[in-house]
Amino acid sequence: MTLNFPTAFILILGGLILPFFSGSLRKLCLIFIPVIAFVHLLILPTGLHGELQFIGYTLSSVRVDKLSQIFGYVFLIAAFLNAIYAWHSDDVLQQSATFVYAGSAIGAVFAGDLITLFIFWELTAISSVILIWARRTDRAYKSGMRYLITHILSGMLLLIGAIFYSKSQGSIEFTSMSLDQPGVILIFIAFGVKSAFPLLHNWLHDAYPESTEIGTVALSVFSTKLGIYALARGFAGTEILIFIGAVMATFPIFYAVIENDLRRVLTYSLNNQLGFMVVGIGIGTELAINGAVAHAFAHILYKSLLFMSMGAVLFRVGTVNGSDLGGLYKSMPWTAFFCIIGAASISAFPLFSGFVAKSLIMSAALYQDHVLVWLVLLFASAGVFHHAGIKIPFFAFFAHDSGFRCKEAPLNMLIAMSIAATICVGIGCFPNLFYMLLPYPVSYEPYTSSHVLSQLQLLVFSALAFAFLMRTGVYPPELKSVNLDSDWLYRVFLKNLTLKFQQHIFQLYDQACHKLKGGFWGLCKKIHRHHQPTGLLARNWPTSNMVLWVALMLASYLIIYFLQFAV
Amino acid sequence: MISSQLPALQIIVPLLAAPFCVIIRNSRATWLISVLASWVTFGISILLYLDVQTLGVISYEMGNWAPPWGIEYRIDSINVFVLLIVSSIGALVSLYAYPSISVEVDENKHYLFWTSYLLCLTGLLGVTITGDAFNIFVFLEISSLSTYVLIALGKNRHALYAAFRYLILGTIGATFIVIGIGLLYLLTGTLNLYDLSMRLGDMSLTQPQLAALAFLTVGISLKLALFPLHLWLPNAYAFAPSVATCFLAATATKVAIYLLLRFAYDVFGQSQIFSELPLGEVLLILSIAAMFIASTVAIYQQDIKRMFAYSSVAQIGYITLGASFASHTALTSSIVHLFNHAITKGAIFLLLGLVALRIGQPTLKKMSGLGKSMPWTSAGLVICGLSLIGVPGTAGFISKWYLILAVLERGWWWLAFMILASSLLAVIYVWRVVETMYVSDSDSRGDSHMASTTSPTSMTLVAWLFVTSCIFFGFHTSFSVEGASAAAKVLLEYTK
Repeated sequence: MTLNFPTAFILILGGLILPFFSGSLRKLCLIFIPVIAFVHLLILPTGLHGELQFIGYTLSSVRVDKLSQIFGYVFLIAAFLNAIYAWHSDDVLQQSATFVYAGSAIGAVFAGDLITLFIFWELTAISSVILIWARRTDRAYKSGMRYLITHILSGMLLLIGAIFYSKSQGSIEFTSMSLDQPGVILIFIAFGVKSAFPLLHNWLHDAYPESTEIGTVALSVFSTKLGIYALARGFAGTEILIFIGAVMATFPIFYAVIENDLRRVLTYSLNNQLGFMVVGIGIGTELAINGAVAHAFAHILYKSLLFMSMGAVLFRVGTVNGSDLGGLYKSMPWTAFFCIIGAASISAFPLFSGFVAKSLIMSAALYQDHVLVWLVLLFASAGVFHHAGIKIPFFAFFAHDSGFRCKEAPLNMLIAMSIAATICVGIGCFPNLFYMLLPYPVSYEPYTSSHVLSQLQLLVFSALAFAFLMRTGVYPPELKSVNLDSDWLYRVFLKNLTLKFQQHIFQLYDQACHKLKGGFWGLCKKIHRHHQPTGLLARNWPTSNMVLWVALMLASYLIIYFLQFAV
Repeated sequence: MISSQLPALQIIVPLLAAPFCVIIRNSRATWLISVLASWVTFGISILLYLDVQTLGVISYEMGNWAPPWGIEYRIDSINVFVLLIVSSIGALVSLYAYPSISVEVDENKHYLFWTSYLLCLTGLLGVTITGDAFNIFVFLEISSLSTYVLIALGKNRHALYAAFRYLILGTIGATFIVIGIGLLYLLTGTLNLYDLSMRLGDMSLTQPQLAALAFLTVGISLKLALFPLHLWLPNAYAFAPSVATCFLAATATKVAIYLLLRFAYDVFGQSQIFSELPLGEVLLILSIAAMFIASTVAIYQQDIKRMFAYSSVAQIGYITLGASFASHTALTSSIVHLFNHAITKGAIFLLLGLVALRIGQPTLKKMSGLGKSMPWTSAGLVICGLSLIGVPGTAGFISKWYLILAVLERGWWWLAFMILASSLLAVIYVWRVVETMYVSDSDSRGDSHMASTTSPTSMTLVAWLFVTSCIFFGFHTSFSVEGASAAAKVLLEYTK
């Protein structure tokens, strides 16, 4: 009995058997499955395991090295926090789906080859959409559908790319690739969809906020960070990523500022944070990769913390619209406290986890003389502080009193949040312990006076700006609306275009439509006529006709052969 | 030494068991004889397979008459692979058959069923194992004649007519084959396949040679049901008893495909027919037509056995497509699909045999709500359907994967696209079955099959053995792909 099987199986199996238990036994399973998986991960030796022969290729289903290990750890920690956070819930569907989702994400992280990666990749898509649909509203259903289509497409791109790649390279090992052949470009786009590259990102803001209070926490952890992992593994040092990342880090800020749904604000900031990581991967030096990975690690925790706090608000109040909330610190002091810790972490306050992680990327950018990128990231950092650091806690817990008087969040939620918060502060206070986990050796000191000072300057002036804008009333008020960014292209522009098209050249359109329809149905009819049971191609021919066919075949073979021969 | 006589025993065991059945006549005893004979045959095939792995080609001189004058049994890695397919399916199906036969065939005809079953097995194995052209014809006739009986034993009165039609066409096919062989004999003065190929290789192409090739191709195409010569097949499969359908679908057409490969690549291999004649192109066009037209016809069928019969014609299209161009990957895909399709279709017809015990001839209408009343059988059908479509994780995926690789090696993107598009047609006809079994409301259905007894365990077990092998060979490809790859290598060596 060897233990070198994918850790993913523990979680996936656990998720699948969960519905067969009930009551306290299920709750025990909720806690123990991630713990068992974690222990399994700890004892997995480094190297390649679980090799399988599949259609002439060697699959290695488990590849343990420092890069996959750190993602494995943080995914499991997140799965554990999720399990505690969802303790109170009786919705076993969500709990199962979360485990399968976490399991497949971990499976994908440890995949040593592209086929294993593809299988787990699609599995994350399928299991995660259940979490969106678990909200059980029409809106959630529709945006879940859009989400599913996007992610299945990403998987298909990955598979097609992998086929191309294996044809040209003769290997399906998932390793560093260069963007000079069509297969790799397809794989790159597939990763881009998962990591929410600009213009490929719409599913993120569309679907995540539609999920349940539990589901969104899980969603925020796995899919996008799986994309980041895949990029770090396959495309470290690909220069175009710096540019993509810089755009990613900035443009969501503007939307985050005007967005009203606080969980949607968080998804914009999620996208912006992913931008930092992508920049780090694009720079590609050891320091930068370390930074990207560290940032992913820290980000998973503080982003879950923020989503958990917003989830708690949603759970108790029933809404997370900034315009409806306010003054909740009186009812939910602990939630507010943890939310502030999360906000401080994401804003990269010294002594919080964001600071020690983000500094790595910023410094890496400077060391490689990407001054412009450094400035853009600086601006993005200010933006993060603005919308995630201040806006979220301010509008939810302070601002004008909305009059909501509710109970504090359930105990299990508070426990989950407190663990996440502890880790956030722990990483921020003891960065060297944290740095030991990173893929490359680190000799970096985050707490130098210049780092701390410049970061504090940034934060203080940013806060000043916010206060000033609020006082003068320039700050965009929280309005009930749906923000559209580039999904405006298909949700508004295309829709209007079609409407106008119909209005202006309605008749032409109608005629064309009619003809096309007629043609299509004509074709269908023809197919039907010949293929239906009494049709030409399916009816019971008289024996003589069948013999005629045989004679015809023979004659045509003879003629063809003789003609060819004569030539 | 019994081990040196294995090639002869491979044929003699089922051949001798057949007359025993006629003498004994008792239903159960004849069944036991058949089971015993077919398992011994299976065992011999396994031993032969192992021998070929170590020794390479085995040449057995019948009655110690040296070839090319005497009859030679010549076993290389291609026909041992086919032998193994045929005999394993024969053995398993015989084990499965008893309860199904008792319902579907009159009691007093059981011994006839088993006699013709054993003779059919003999014929198919004989065609495969022999290295003598005339011997091929003889065994082909043995298998064909017994096949007509097997089909005619179906209780439905259409069965007789279906058997008659197949009789006419099958006889024409066999006649064409014997004419082709006769022409070759006139040209070369030898009937030994190995000798034939040597001598044909030394000659330049002449018109009689082309005529022989044409007669052989058409004759064999008829036996393997290549579009448009497939018209005998749907009725024959639909109205034969379930056991016969399963056995024939999984073996008979496969042996014919083996013959095609043998003649095209081995006997005519050195005559450059692929470079000088459009044999490959014609085969390619007919295969594509089969893939699309037969699949589309399948979509419209109400009778499930008929539907899967049409699907067989389409799947044979994939096999001949792989056989139509002489590259290693293409031939591998063709031979792998031969194997994978044999187990997939075998499994489907075995499951339908179980269904038939409950509801009689399975039609789409009668199958509604089957997902509830026969959950295991329905689940099995779904898995086999996935394998027919070629979903990853099933045996069908492996063959399609290699086929697409082979096509891409040639740079034929359009063809890869067409293969995928025709798989979509398979999705449609499989989905129709799935939808009827699970989704459609079962109100319209009478409660007749709810009341009937549970399925016999032996049948269920064998059927599920096939179903699991559909999945097993989707992951564990060392036997199927390596066997096929070795066979393809041998075929290409002949061509050089």
